[in-house]
Order: sequence, then C-alpha cells, then structure tokens
Amino acid sequence: MARLIRMDGTGHTTLAQWTAADDARFAGAVEEFRSAQQLGYIGTVPEGPGQATHVRELPREADLVIMRRPIAGG
Amino acid sequence: MAAEQALPELASVPWRRRTDARWLLRWGRIWQAWTLLYSVPFLAAGAAMLWLAPIAAPVALIAIAHAWIIPELYAFRGASVTRPKGPRNERAEHVAQGLLADLLGHDERELQRRTGLALERGELGVWLVGEAGALLVTPGARRVHCFCVRTAEPELPPSDRVAHLLLALRVDEEGFATVANHAFAGAPWRVRRRMPQPMRPALGAARHAAR
Repeated sequence: MARLIRMDGTGHTTLAQWTAADDARFAGAVEEFRSAQQLGYIGTVPEGPGQATHVRELPREADLVIMRRPIAGG
Repeated sequence: MAAEQALPELASVPWRRRTDARWLLRWGRIWQAWTLLYSVPFLAAGAAMLWLAPIAAPVALIAIAHAWIIPELYAFRGASVTRPKGPRNERAEHVAQGLLADLLGHDERELQRRTGLALERGELGVWLVGEAGALLVTPGARRVHCFCVRTAEPELPPSDRVAHLLLALRVDEEGFATVANHAFAGAPWRVRRRMPQPMRPALGAARHAAR
C-alpha cells in the first residue's frame, strides 16, 4: 500500500494510504497532497539510493511520497 | 534540466549562478589564494622583524600567530556547518530516525547513527549531510567545500532535518549546492580538526569514498 507522509514535529505523520486500484482512496490522498502543498510543503518521491524526484501532483504508482519543507541557505 | 528535476527552492535565489563542478573548482582556488594572501604577509612580517631586530621577537611572534589563527578561524567556520543545532526534540527523534534510516543504505545508516552525518555519493563528489549544513569532498579528496543550509522549521527532530536536506540533495545536486550558502573551502585536514570529535570518522569515510 502506498503512503503519503509529512515530515513534521512528531517525526512524521501518515496523511494517506492508497492502492493504485482504489480510486476513492487515491482521490482522498490527492486532497491531502494538495492541502499540504498549500501549507508550503514540497512533494518528493524517493527512488532508491541517491535518487529522488520532486512531484507537483501525487503519482498514483509511487510507493512513498514525502512532503517536506523548503530548504534555504543558513 | 527539466523543470520537474530542478529544486523548487532555486526560485528563491534567482540571482545565483548554478553551482557546478567548474564553479566549485574555481571557488576552491580562490579560497586557496585568499588563504595565502592573508597568511604570507604575517609570516613575512614576523620573519623580517626577527631578522632585522631580534628584540622585536614578541611582536614577530604575534604576527606569526595571526598567520596561524586567521586560517583556523575560517576552517572553524566551515566545520561549524556540521555541528548539531536547534532543539533535540527527543520524543519525535526516534520516529524521525526510522524514516531517515529507510532512506539510507546499510553502511550509511550505521555511519549516520555514529556520527550524525549522512554520507551521500553525488556527481560533484561525496557529501556529508548534517542537520544544518553539508560538506562536499570533491573527487580526489583534496578539498572540502562547506555549505550552510537548513530547513526553516525549527521544531523538526534532528533526523528529519537531515532527511529534508538529503531529499533535496537527491532531487537536484547542483540546485542544492546553489541554494546553500558556501561557507568555506580548504583541505580536509583543516576542516577535520575543527569538527566535533564524534563526527570526524564521517569525514574519513567521505574522503575514502571520494578517492
């Protein structure tokens, strides 16, 4: 089952879970994804060692999507 | 680079030129020249004073000390990007550590647990990612670039801060280096001696991986 998680003050929070075949649960996950985006979070899909992709829409086939805060020079 | 692969945070620094291998090489040489520029005159002045008027030895020693202290201060500034910063958030750290561990390979996970720094191999070299900064050991392991970069959310547990930087680095390595503030470039031994003791093995591992 795919997961949408948000990194936050609790470590991380699972916002939604879905399977590619379950349209209703995926639609709910898309809602959560967009809500997090509106709060300033950025969607990232880890893709194995050394690779990750920035996503603007929730990918149905992804196993894990992580919402992270923007970074900036310190 | 396709828009989807570029780091979104680049939009906040539109005036910066993209940091690539050539930029790093040039910037490393500038740092090297700069170090010589502020060290050699103090050394020369100290030596000249000793030769011309040995009675001025205390002043000569002060000049020579300056030639040592100023580069050390710069190296300290560079090494400081790896120091733990901000609240520890102990309650959430255990959960955050689990997520970070899932993002790392076995050896990198063990190294991160021991040192607090996540080792990541990239195109520009080998990175060590900390809570509020990153070190880049360039190929050949002769130079380290120190970058100050962080997530804006201070209440995140330390491992989540590392994971934020790691994910951004994996999305767009050059973009990550562009967004980050360059703090120092110099020989690895200069940075190592100013790093907290428990973190030093991570720099050793990164140098080994970069050779």
